[in-house]
Formats: sequence, structure tokens, C-alpha cells
Amino acid sequence: MTESTIKPPKKNLGPVKWMRTHLFSSWYNTLLTLVVGYLLVTSVGPLVNWVFLDATFEGSGPGDCVGEGACWLFVNQRLNFFIYGFYPDELQWRVDIMFALLALAFVPQFIEGFPGRKWLGIFGMTGLPIIGYVLIPGGILGLEEVESSKWGGLMLTLILAYIGILASLPIGVLLAIGRRSDMPVIRGLCVVFIEVWRAVPLITVLFMASVMLPLFLPEGVNFEKLVRALIGITLWQSAYMAEVIRGGLQAIPRGQYEAAGALGLGYWRKMGLVILPQALKLVIPGIVNTFIALFKDTTLVLIIGLFDILGAVQSTIADPAWQNVAIEGYVFVAFCFWVFCFGISRYSQNLERKLDTGHKT
Amino acid sequence: MTQHSESTETQAEKKPGIIRVEGMHKWYGDFHVLKDLNLAVDQGERIVICGPSGSGKSTFIRCINRLEEHQQGKIIVDDVELTDDVRHIDRVRREVGMVFQHFNLFPHLTVLENCCLSPIWVRKLPRREAEAAAMEYLERVKIPDQATKFPGQLSGGQQQRVAIARALCMKPKIMLFDEPTSALDPEMIKEVLDVMIELAGSGMTMICVTHEMGFAKTVADRVIFMDAGEIVEEAPPKEFFSNPREPRTQKFLQQILQH
Repeated sequence: MTESTIKPPKKNLGPVKWMRTHLFSSWYNTLLTLVVGYLLVTSVGPLVNWVFLDATFEGSGPGDCVGEGACWLFVNQRLNFFIYGFYPDELQWRVDIMFALLALAFVPQFIEGFPGRKWLGIFGMTGLPIIGYVLIPGGILGLEEVESSKWGGLMLTLILAYIGILASLPIGVLLAIGRRSDMPVIRGLCVVFIEVWRAVPLITVLFMASVMLPLFLPEGVNFEKLVRALIGITLWQSAYMAEVIRGGLQAIPRGQYEAAGALGLGYWRKMGLVILPQALKLVIPGIVNTFIALFKDTTLVLIIGLFDILGAVQSTIADPAWQNVAIEGYVFVAFCFWVFCFGISRYSQNLERKLDTGHKT
Repeated sequence: MTQHSESTETQAEKKPGIIRVEGMHKWYGDFHVLKDLNLAVDQGERIVICGPSGSGKSTFIRCINRLEEHQQGKIIVDDVELTDDVRHIDRVRREVGMVFQHFNLFPHLTVLENCCLSPIWVRKLPRREAEAAAMEYLERVKIPDQATKFPGQLSGGQQQRVAIARALCMKPKIMLFDEPTSALDPEMIKEVLDVMIELAGSGMTMICVTHEMGFAKTVADRVIFMDAGEIVEEAPPKEFFSNPREPRTQKFLQQILQH
């Protein structure tokens, strides 16, 4: 730094100055600060007491929960059910492998400069679902079969959300491109698909998938309920995704299409190499928004009798052996969802920063 | 290197009529934008098209690589007639480079990637070869040091020079320039014109829509004046500027050369 460089003026030095400008700048702000401060003091203390200090973490059964605080013993003891559902104990290592692989693929995405993280991410989107498809249901390669009706808990939630997210993105891209196509038949089909699926509540889609679909299928052809739910979720989600992506496509100036065309790139290369990379980057916030919404919407499978994490917790709360543990159960579910959704959100912000090439045309 | 010697050979032949436009008409809806255009350009010729705004000059050169469709008449580029046939359009576009008023670089790719994209995907060059060729062209437009930057980090003049290099990387037989300096600040116009003059000197077939009359005087073999969708006058620059025949041309020249 040269001597002639003038530094910006330093204001707000020290905590007192900071408090004066941020907390007590007028009588009105002073009042607000005092009221909020009072509320914090009176609520945080009891909350910390309930969650940690007075809480029961360990013990052998419902009878050990005698304190004033939360009964985490309940979550602790039924954790296995919350995570794996009815998946047989001795085969849970297969699910554990999937959890480990999922972490291996996506945790490095948060660590700047982790070796090979791009490849791990690609593995997470290609290899991981294939391994999961073999490992979790079993029935091949000498693995004992586990029917999908036994899957449940967090594992089921992740399967539903992961496959729904992974499959709906490419379908959504195709629908969005199709809707902007010059060919009337393709455009028409895409418009009808999007408008029909988007106008239907997910609950209806799930009901249709579980109750109505078997009626239309010929005798003897039957998918498992989980597969039907997955197909329903994916198609429903891809209609939403298509509209988000279409927004991005519309933001790309015509000059980009023309420049790509003038360079001799054909339609699909023009789309794949020039238009989509820019359009998808523009709508990352919208895509992530849709993903997070889907992640939480997977809890609706409860109504067609699949036990995702919320279903698993809810059915346990009804267990007469445990009393007054509903709050603990729901807090646990909320916490699990928050961890994953916050993770998705952070990852997307990471991605946006990385892809920012500092210009808008 | 072999490609270079090949291209100089073909240029030496001076193939006549590499672009032929015959009785071409275009309408936007009911609006008759281009009226009965006829033009033959020989290989190595440098044509400048000028005219008032809205005269259809941009639309005209955009028809030559089919960014715009014509409805009547014929356009034949390098022996390929432009029709609805996508294969014909692709063949023509591979041989015709285009530079736009607003550069239209791909903002998500670096300068080098912008230049290599089409050679790799359309010409099927190996990446290393494409990059080496791209660096040669970037040197020719005098910005090899910006190769790893993104277009958003460059000035307008630099971006336009990258756009020229990007078009040249496809080793086109013909270059179209659509008002390449109109969106630039005055001090950047010269750096782009210098590149274009150098290119003209190398024997490239060029059609250039521009308001830069100095450029037209220096490099053009023929100047074409368009007004209201018609070719009004066509003459070598000396004759065009000193002795225009048509009253509309005279009026236009008066207006732009006044100050």
C-alpha cells in the first residue's frame, strides 16, 4: 500500500459505539432493544434448560424420563426406527453404506479445494443411484431381498427426495426446451403436460398413483407402491422444474442463439453448450427453491401409507408406552429437515459464487 | 500450417461468385424489407454495405448465413444453396464467420473457450490443436494475454477483437461483419478497425456493414449503398465517394460526411 492511498474513514470503532448506533440510536430503538432483550432472556434460558440441561438423554426405558426437560431418550431409543423404518437390523449395513457414499459425494462439495470433488459430485449423481438401486432392495448378487414396504424413516425420505430431484431436473429441462420449440406438436404436448401436472396438488397425484393407477393397469402388471409414488412425484416435480428453467431460457439474449448458430453449432449443441449452461446458472435460486419444497413435500407420502421420517416419528408417538413425547418427536423431525434443507441451500450459494463469471450480457 | 497453405491456394484461384444472391426478396409479415437484391461476390473481394438505418443492410447480410430467412429468390454460398434444409444451412455456416454489433461472446466461457468451442464440436479438432490455433488468432488480434479471462472482464474493443478471433478459428472462407464498431466507444473503434484492415489485407472475402467511411475508402473493392430495402448504387469506393450517381446516395453522403 502506498502512502498516498487514503483509507476509508473508520467509524463505529469499539463495542460501545457499535451498540450506540445499532441498538440505542433513538428512544424508539432503545425501547425495542429492551423489549427484545427481555424476551430473549426469559425465553432462551428455559429453552436451553429444556433442550440440554434438564433433558434426559440416556436410560433404559420410558420410566427414566422424569425430569422437567426434553425426553431425548425417546428419540435415542427409537432412532433405529426413525432412520431405517422396518429395514431388518442385520441388513442395515447396506443402508449405512449408502449414507456413507452420500456423505462422501456431497460433503466435499462444501470444502474448497477438496481433491476430486467435481468427480465425487458426478459420482453422486450417476454411480450413487445405481449402487443404491442394487444395494437397498437387494434380491440380486446374492443380497437378500428387502421389500420396499419395509423401508422407512429418514432413509425413505432421502430416497424419495433424491430420486425425485435427480429425475425431475433433466425431464424439466426437456419440457422447458420443448415448450419453446418451433414445432407445434412438441410445444403443444409440453404445454399440456406442464399445465396438467402443475395444476394438480401433490396429494392428489399420490392418491392417483397409489389407488387409481393400479385400476388402469392391465391384470398382472403392477409396480410397487413406492415406485408408483416416485413416478408421481417425479412427473409432478418436473412440471414445476420446467417452468423455472423456462424462465432462465427466456432471460438469454437472442444474440447468444445467433452467435452459436453462426458458428455452425446445431440445435442440441447450441442448447447444451451455450444456452442451457447460462440459463441454468441464472435460475439456480429457483431450482433450489423447488428442490427444498420437494424435499419437504415428500412427507405427504404418509397419506398413502409409506412411513417416511415424519410417519415413523408420528406412529411412535402414538405408542402408549411413551407419553408426552410428541414435542420431542416433532422437534427431531424439524431438525433433520432443517439440516438437509440448509445444506442444499448453502451448496447452491456456493455453486452460484463459483459459477459467477462477473458479467451480465 | 497445412491448412494455411491450402487456404492461400484456394484464395489464389480467386473463385468467382463465392456468394451469389439472385432476385432475393424478404418480408417481415406484410412489410417488404428486402426488394429484389442481386449481388455476386468473388473470393477475396471486400464489400462494404452502407445506408441509412432501417434500410435492410443488416437483414441482408444476416440472410447470407440464414440467421434470417428469405422468401423469394436464391442465395448460393460456396456452391450451396440456402433452403430450409438444415444440412445446407450448417454447411454454409461452417464456412461463413460472423461478427456482431454487440459481440455476442459467450459470457460463461473464457476467451480461449469461446474460440475453441466450435472448432472442437463442429470441426472435431482435438482440444490441444484447437487451443493452439485459437492462440494464434488471439495473437493476430493482439490479445493473447487475455485468453484465460472471461468476456465480462474485457473492454468493448477487446471483446470485439475476441469475437473476430472466434469467427476466424473456424477458418471460414467468408467473413460477415454486422456494424462491428457501432457499439464501441470512439477510442476503441480504431483497434477493431486495425484488425479488420489487417484481415482484409490477408485476402479474406469480407462483407461489412458499417458507417466507417474511412474503412470503406481504405479496404473496400466495392461499396454498396442500400436504402428502403433496395440496392441503390454499387461502385468502387473512389467513384462512390467522389462521384455518386444517384441522388439518394448523394444526400446520404452529404449527411454523413458533413462533419
